[in-house]
Amino acid sequence: MDVLTIIGQLLNTTLVFATALIFTSLGGIFSEKSGVTNLGLEGLMVFGAFAAGVFGHYAQAAGLDGFAAASIGLCAAIVLGIIVSLIHAVASITFKADQVISGIVINFLAAGSTLYMVKLLFDGAGETELISGYSRMPIPGLSKIPLLGDALFNAYPTTYLAIILVFVSYFVLYKTPFGLRLRSVGEHPSAADTVGIKVNRMRYVGVMISGALAAVGGATITLTTTGTFAHNTISGQGYIAIAAMIFGKWNPIGAFGAAVFFGLAQAVRNYVQLFAWTQSIPPEIIYMLPYLLTIIVLVAAVGRSSAPSALGQPYDPSKR
Amino acid sequence: MNKVLKLFTKDSITLPVIAIILGLLLGAIVMMVGGYNPIEAYSALIERVYGNSYDFGEAIREMTPLIMTGLAFAFAARAGLFNIGGEGQFMIGMTAASIVGIHLHGLPAFIHAPLAIIAGAVFGGLWAALAGFLKATRGVNEVISCIMLNWIGLYLSNLIINTFALQSGDTRSVDIQPSASIAISWLSEMMGNARVHWGTLIALLAAVFFYIFMWKTKQGFELRSVGFNQDASKYAGMNVNRNIVKAMFISGAFAGLGGAFTVLGVFGYQSVMASSPGTGFDGIAVALIGMNNPFGVVLGAILFGTLTYGSAGMSFSADVPPEIVRIVIGAIIFFIAAQGIVRWLLKPFYAKRKKEKVS
Amino acid sequence: MNTATPVVELKQITKRFPGIVANDSISFKLFKGEIHALLGENGAGKSTLMNVVFGLYQPEEGVIEVNGKPVMIDGPNKAIELGIGMVHQHFKLVQPFTVTENIILGSEPNKGARINYKKATEDIRKLSEQYGLRVDPNAKIHDISVGMQQRVEILKTLYRGADILIFDEPTAVLTPQEISELMEIMQRLIKEGKSIILITHKLKEIMQIADTVTIIRRGKVIDTLKKTETSPQELAEKMVGRNVSFKVDKIPANPGEVVMEMKEVVSKNKDGMSVLNHLSLQVKAGEILGIAGVDGNGQSELIEALTGLRHVDGGEITLHGKPITNLTPRKITESGVAHIPEDRHKHGLVLDFSVSENMVLETYYKQPYNKNGFLQHDEIDKKAQRLVEGFDVRTPSIHTMARSLSGGNQQKAIIAREIDKNPDLLVAAQPTRGLDVGAIEFVQKQLIAQRDQGKAVLLISFELDEILNVSDRIVVIYEGQIVGEVLPEQTNDQELGLMMAGSTVKRGATHE
Repeated sequence: MDVLTIIGQLLNTTLVFATALIFTSLGGIFSEKSGVTNLGLEGLMVFGAFAAGVFGHYAQAAGLDGFAAASIGLCAAIVLGIIVSLIHAVASITFKADQVISGIVINFLAAGSTLYMVKLLFDGAGETELISGYSRMPIPGLSKIPLLGDALFNAYPTTYLAIILVFVSYFVLYKTPFGLRLRSVGEHPSAADTVGIKVNRMRYVGVMISGALAAVGGATITLTTTGTFAHNTISGQGYIAIAAMIFGKWNPIGAFGAAVFFGLAQAVRNYVQLFAWTQSIPPEIIYMLPYLLTIIVLVAAVGRSSAPSALGQPYDPSKR
Repeated sequence: MNKVLKLFTKDSITLPVIAIILGLLLGAIVMMVGGYNPIEAYSALIERVYGNSYDFGEAIREMTPLIMTGLAFAFAARAGLFNIGGEGQFMIGMTAASIVGIHLHGLPAFIHAPLAIIAGAVFGGLWAALAGFLKATRGVNEVISCIMLNWIGLYLSNLIINTFALQSGDTRSVDIQPSASIAISWLSEMMGNARVHWGTLIALLAAVFFYIFMWKTKQGFELRSVGFNQDASKYAGMNVNRNIVKAMFISGAFAGLGGAFTVLGVFGYQSVMASSPGTGFDGIAVALIGMNNPFGVVLGAILFGTLTYGSAGMSFSADVPPEIVRIVIGAIIFFIAAQGIVRWLLKPFYAKRKKEKVS
Repeated sequence: MNTATPVVELKQITKRFPGIVANDSISFKLFKGEIHALLGENGAGKSTLMNVVFGLYQPEEGVIEVNGKPVMIDGPNKAIELGIGMVHQHFKLVQPFTVTENIILGSEPNKGARINYKKATEDIRKLSEQYGLRVDPNAKIHDISVGMQQRVEILKTLYRGADILIFDEPTAVLTPQEISELMEIMQRLIKEGKSIILITHKLKEIMQIADTVTIIRRGKVIDTLKKTETSPQELAEKMVGRNVSFKVDKIPANPGEVVMEMKEVVSKNKDGMSVLNHLSLQVKAGEILGIAGVDGNGQSELIEALTGLRHVDGGEITLHGKPITNLTPRKITESGVAHIPEDRHKHGLVLDFSVSENMVLETYYKQPYNKNGFLQHDEIDKKAQRLVEGFDVRTPSIHTMARSLSGGNQQKAIIAREIDKNPDLLVAAQPTRGLDVGAIEFVQKQLIAQRDQGKAVLLISFELDEILNVSDRIVVIYEGQIVGEVLPEQTNDQELGLMMAGSTVKRGATHE
């Protein structure tokens, strides 16, 4: 293989890994911009991956083709993601539970309940049945460009969707009334309240969007990488997505860049063995890289001014 | 003793009890929906844990590290810190104990074993203190840095075992020296070779230490003050940054001890881990069930250990997927975290009681 | 009696909170084109009442009528719809947003799915010209002055078409110049057909600008008067409920040697600006030195630097001639400085600690409260009991959480603790803020008693009256510098006001 092909493939794999992170970190942004910490992203991804595996399977078993079945799995993930995120929302917004703990609860519930249901539905098996999922969708013409064609234009439909959503999210957050209100609620809830914005309602919406997007992020892993859902389908991507969100300073474009970077760090693992000089690096060092870099970035960023000011604080109107 | 009892003020005892009942009820409903018999399942669970001495010993083995990671979370929480890095500190504690247990030769057991335990505590503590240091000096949120340190801890542990202690051809370390073992062989023999070890006793002592340190000493006063109000503590002349690092160190040392016990008392070696063991995260649930009180943590660990260890019996005799207990635990901490929901659910009862009082 | 229909009429509004009746059957009328002041002490129920009018609270009883029609104001949206706008005491502005974004928030003009910023900026420009409210629409809030932030708050209400404006303690954070600008703005608003409710506890403002004044005490309306038919003395008596002497009883001071001296002290904030700019002052034994100034001119920083909570970048601070510059707060406390902090909830108390624990917040590590690292709870409780009795801190028990004490009793607890340290220098920062008149008198008497015992007392307050009544000597702080020194009996509000605004007129006697 020539170097150009390798780089092309590396970038392609990067985007495959990055896709789930992009969706999920965008989800994290919507929740946190509204002032609700969401450590439950990992659990929401689990639920999404689960829904995609289960519903994708039934849709395929009903005779739908790969794309249609996968899309049904994706939609199911969105619905389940929203429902589960409501647990977080009810606890942390309505009942003012600690948001960090409430997020951890989601992760706890995800690990137990998805596997419980898989065992119920698949006769005690530990994973869902293999489905074909999405296939790559080369873009005619563009996919023939050397290097870039391989890298960018021969991806899964979910990857294109993720990239489009980055720009949609940016537009929604920074150009529309909804975005302005959502951000105001995360920065200064009582200011929003006094101009008639329903603070808690906005936060519910933020958390629900994050549930939908994180679940889609989880679903893409089932639908493009593994083809089935098992206990290890999601193993830490939710936390990396949190890192990507912080790395990207709660900005969709920044989070996209960070997600691609972390995707690259994951993809590189598979290519380390290809060159003599890289073989001497223990793979653990490469695995650690995204986390180490996140810490370094946090240390370097003096004052965490980019985090929403009211993040993590339940809104109590009597204290306005 | 009176004062110890006073610690369990009314709310802090009724709330977790109600949450536990609600969690078990929810689990029962989920089982019924899945077509299982919850009564059969729960009795199989209890039967498994308390049915014979081997399983009882193994259940205690399960509870011990949970006490430690639970104490870790609770201790930091009392100082106003969210140490969700118990996971990483646990693994680093394992690794430090392994290396000391494997690579020091010719020491008598009464020196080698304590040394390995201390190594686990110190390195677990340092791993947590790192997050404390970053918070104190650079204002890095400890929740985020702990998440990152958990992953780094996993890969670092694997790297160290792979590089310095690998059993050739296997994915685990070589065995520790017998002199580093903390297994209680005579008790173990009595309990059908259940892996009981001295770590359990140390864990109980750690809970007592926690209580005395936090509520009886000058340093505990500072930690609690810093936990409640950093500005007032600064005003009162306390060194807030040093207290943050100190609290994280002690917290991490608890978790590191849990890791050390697992290597030195249970397995006698350390595996190269595909994913982190989860004991640190489970400790968060334990601490929440115990309302961040050291003795509550012990009770929480007993409950948690009973549920997880017993779940195997449940799936064996009642054919219920053992994951059901994760749902139960998730529900319990959900109800404890969102206390408002419990109060809201109980409102009719409270109202009734008040009426009765009036009449 | 005015026979026109009031634009807003409150009829017997009652609002209860657990344990207290914040508004007890309050009736109130605002007529078109008038400035109606609502006068009352801290905690009298003024803000609660206005939050009811603005829809933030729901009253338990009573009716609100707007232009003669009964209305249900169930939220700010409804209030805005009815043409009611509120300029909050603590500005409700989103710091990282621009002026424009803050003004349009919640009522954004659209162009498709987008916000039409062009139209918004244009509308704001027109409004600001019409009412003489200068703002920079594209500046971010955290970059503009407090005065401009307040103009943004006013524009927010006007942008929403408010005809009735509620100003909640609007002058608290303003410089005298900004205050007079605000007065002009309010008059202009009236001229343009608006009506204004002014919430305040400052008599001077009322005499200056209001048409009518309603006095509230303990949740009840005491009286409604025309400004032209009353006097500050009458208003004060009605507000407090008894004869108030504006003077505090005290014997003349007998200053001794210099206890604390600050020489050319410089301290910079994180942007590198000098918040203390070569500041020098002396406090002598047996005197109360008052520091007058508008909020934000370096008062907090002065205290932080003095007590070791802020780094000093230049100059020297000495206590009895010994340098204490940049020592730790503990070292400074140990060398004889006691400090009643500005914000008792933030600095003064650990609210989740018991009263008893709070009493040893600074001394827990010393004998007899600590022996070999272990706390001696019996000794601690003994001390707490003594202080609680000695200073009349009303608490169910010394083991009660500080959080559940009233503000006045919390402040008493702090003062008890600080005075019990038997300091050489007592620093009192805004010691009476938010307290009722009884507690204020108690606190001021304690300060004077300390002085009479030969201690040096440094008093910082934003209430000019307090500075004038309690101090033996006054220095004025402006932009981190001492710009003048006067004796209370030889000066007055006007002169102090000028100096606080940065004018360096020095009149009156200085000791040198």
